[in-house]
Amino acid sequence: MLRYTINRILLTIPTLLGVAMLVFFMLRIIPGDIVEVKLRGDGGAVTQETIEMERHRLGLDKPIMVQFKDWMVGVVTFDYGISMWTERPVMEEVAVRLELSLEVAILATIIALLFAIPLGTMAALYRDTWVDYLMRVVTIGGISIPAFWFGMLIMLGLLAAFNWLPPITFTPIYVDPVANLTQLIWPAAAVGYRYCAVTARMIRSSLLEVMSEDYIRTARAKGVFEKLVISRHALRNALLPAITVIGLEFTFLIGGLVVTEQVFNLNGIGQLFVQSVTRNDFTLIQGMVMLIAAFYVFVNLAIDLLYAVFDPRIRYT
Amino acid sequence: MSIVEVGEDLRARNNTRPGTAGPLLEVDDLHTHFETARGIVRAVEGISFTVNRGEVVAIVGESGSGKSVTALSIMRLLPRLTGKIPKGRILFDGQSLLDLDDEQMRKIRGRDMSMIFQEPMTSLNPILTIGLQIMEPLQIHLGMTDKEAKARAVELLQLVGITDPERRLDQYPHQFSGGMRQRVMIAIGLACNPKLIIADEPTTALDVTIQAQILELMKNLSRKLNIALIIITHNLGVVARYADRVIVMYAARVAEQGAADAVFHRPRHPYTLGLLRSVPRLDRPRGSKLETIEGLPPNLALGSSGCRFAPRCPYRIAICDQEQPLFPTDTGGFSRCHRHTEIASGKIIWAAAGGAGLNFAANTEAPVLSVRNLTKFFSVKGGLRGAGGTVRAVQDVSFDIYPGETLGLVGESGCGKTTVGRLILRLEEPTGGEIHFEGVNLSTASPAELKAMRRKVQVIFQDPYSSLNPRMTVGQIIGEPLHVYKIVNGHKQGEARVAELLENVGLRREMAERYPHQLSGGQRQRVGIARALAMEPSFIVCDEAVSALDVSIQGQIINLLEELQRKYRLAYLFIAHDLAVVRHISARVIVMYFGRIMEVADRDVIYGESLHPYTKVLLDAAPVPDPTIEKKREPRLIKGELPSHLAPPTGCVFNTRCPLASQECREVIPKLEEKRPGHFAACIKI
Repeated sequence: MLRYTINRILLTIPTLLGVAMLVFFMLRIIPGDIVEVKLRGDGGAVTQETIEMERHRLGLDKPIMVQFKDWMVGVVTFDYGISMWTERPVMEEVAVRLELSLEVAILATIIALLFAIPLGTMAALYRDTWVDYLMRVVTIGGISIPAFWFGMLIMLGLLAAFNWLPPITFTPIYVDPVANLTQLIWPAAAVGYRYCAVTARMIRSSLLEVMSEDYIRTARAKGVFEKLVISRHALRNALLPAITVIGLEFTFLIGGLVVTEQVFNLNGIGQLFVQSVTRNDFTLIQGMVMLIAAFYVFVNLAIDLLYAVFDPRIRYT
Repeated sequence: MSIVEVGEDLRARNNTRPGTAGPLLEVDDLHTHFETARGIVRAVEGISFTVNRGEVVAIVGESGSGKSVTALSIMRLLPRLTGKIPKGRILFDGQSLLDLDDEQMRKIRGRDMSMIFQEPMTSLNPILTIGLQIMEPLQIHLGMTDKEAKARAVELLQLVGITDPERRLDQYPHQFSGGMRQRVMIAIGLACNPKLIIADEPTTALDVTIQAQILELMKNLSRKLNIALIIITHNLGVVARYADRVIVMYAARVAEQGAADAVFHRPRHPYTLGLLRSVPRLDRPRGSKLETIEGLPPNLALGSSGCRFAPRCPYRIAICDQEQPLFPTDTGGFSRCHRHTEIASGKIIWAAAGGAGLNFAANTEAPVLSVRNLTKFFSVKGGLRGAGGTVRAVQDVSFDIYPGETLGLVGESGCGKTTVGRLILRLEEPTGGEIHFEGVNLSTASPAELKAMRRKVQVIFQDPYSSLNPRMTVGQIIGEPLHVYKIVNGHKQGEARVAELLENVGLRREMAERYPHQLSGGQRQRVGIARALAMEPSFIVCDEAVSALDVSIQGQIINLLEELQRKYRLAYLFIAHDLAVVRHISARVIVMYFGRIMEVADRDVIYGESLHPYTKVLLDAAPVPDPTIEKKREPRLIKGELPSHLAPPTGCVFNTRCPLASQECREVIPKLEEKRPGHFAACIKI
């Protein structure tokens, strides 16, 4: 088990270095120049000299391989440089938004699992009855309704019912949990619905499969309480495939909520991403891509390790 | 405290009801139906029988005869939505099981009555420890604490012959072999010291040597702890060896029941007669042709009146169209046949089908296939830095097959017999050695020669259910190779040839329109044979070609294979684990163990005067369908299990389990030597 874990952790290093290389060169292939966007953005006349000076200041006039070396050294030493647009360190720019985005993602996961496990289980146990049909309608809704639109419905609903809208300023949860949650619970619910729907359907189908396994019949033949048959024997096996879905959905929530953030007026990673791309802010884009790639890699690692925890067949091979 | 005392102690602890006199289990006129999309399937129709305390009762029957459904009905484990018991009564220890609610029934399951299932590989929960799975019923039914339950679990594992029980409690099912898992299942079944254990095909998935170990264990435990045992099986040998009484089921009904001796020696129902005559047997001289029961079992979704066996029965008369009760017979049993008295008086005997000569090839011709020093290693990948190894699947195997001859290849699972077949078919590349087919060395053959060889060498697979493409009609399946190899010109000729082939294998030509799922297992296997014949082969590899089939169907297919062999002078490599079947069909037999040939000889020599200790053990472990012989002989139980392929034994591969093994056997790899004329064995002790 220890060796398995170490192997998996070591394997993330080449993956991340590969991502760093790809990001750097792909950005350079895209036409466009931050200096021109920045200086000519307002339509004013700018001399060629000013542009050159600015390029020099940002290090964009260095040979590309030198820039690449600087970038890779930065990646390894966790120094992602300074945003070319806001002139503040990339880490700082990202950190502010990450706190919010991460919290929304975690809240959404909690909400999703809270509903998905009982929903999926009930649907599987009461297969082809009204419980199952209702669950299928609800989850199809979750999958087909875009999260931002559902978010707008929530806002409208809040406005109509209470004549109230969630606060706009972000308060960290450790400062004021109530203010924090009154703001973030709504976007989390909006994206959590979809998340829950996908997971519940997964749990339903995998539980149905598990319930027809021989070892479930064995458990019943032993006279195990039906509740225990489901919770101990069936659900634990059925949740294994669901872990993958949960992990993938979770990583999507970091940086993938561009429109939802817009609807709820949140200053999250998604918005920052779009801004930095339209501004050709190389350093910021690179930093964020690395961040999200690292998230994907580590969540996947966590899934693999969780699998090993839950499934002894993986642990011992 | 001894195990028996513990058992009695437990019984005293959990026996809340006063023990009632009379039989332990009484099943009376039980009907079980399944509601399917295609209508109601009457899986069990009016079964009645009793089981006394401590008695071993066997329920025998072919697939679909309702034997497993009977067991599940008693346990009340039928699928909830579809399985229904519209009629009948099940009395267990004085309680009417069908009148209990789910909670009352749950209290009986696993405590007074437990069940052991067929598939040890899938019947244990893969993510829970063995310990937890054994302790579960103890804690639920007897309210034991963790400590008590653990102590009892250790005892149980010892009882079923698992060494080092404390350590093994924390292991998971995948760390156990199939035989060991079945032992764990038995331990779970025994946990609360039940009054009745139902074992549904407990050894069908296991090798013959392991089967003997498991059955012996169950029988001894049942005697020692006075537990009644219902064994459900299709293997008549198992029944003969272990059962006190036998219930023969056919098409959802009891055909005959009685004491084991009576049913085997004096059967009073034509189906029992036919069944006993259609199994190839190790204890009798090989007949020229297997006697078979013609036809197929009826479809249970269609209701019918009269005797269910009548359409296949050679003694059918007018009265057979009427419903018949279970008649008490002169042997003290019951038979559902109007003519049981005529059978008893010897007026009716099963007419032996006329046989043809034996297929002994004159070995003067050149062999059709000749294999020399064939070797195949598989490399197994380990982790990143590779704790992998090499599996020596086949080592140094040599043999010849002559035209028109059948060479049998027997061995237990993992002995490399299937790999030999795959190497000959060129589905695997050999690591070493040579294969010559009709004089052509296959490893140096040109693509054109290989193509010709692929046509001449065909295969019949084990599983007729998964080896036919479900989306193709029978006609397309058989016709495809005809068109690929341009054996026929155009569509019309193709159809004509398919029809001819179907008739050759005993199917009607209309079958060409059907899809595989519309056929029975035996019919599918016939389609597989027709497909192989389409290529006009000279050599066919039969890889467990009849093992998935029921006894009565198996006989039909074996006869078909022999008939085709005579007609087309086919050579067969007949790979199987069933010693009796191999004996029946083969002229010569190879016995393999752990990748190596142990013994080669003519059929009668192998079965009559085998030399190698492994062959002897193998033959001893296989029960024959005769209770008198079986009850007399003490089984020479082979100890231990197959060694790991990653840590093979040094010297002779069999030394870890061999009764004759000495220090020398652990050092020298024995050569296959001609010990007597035409009789080769690899053992230094002979």
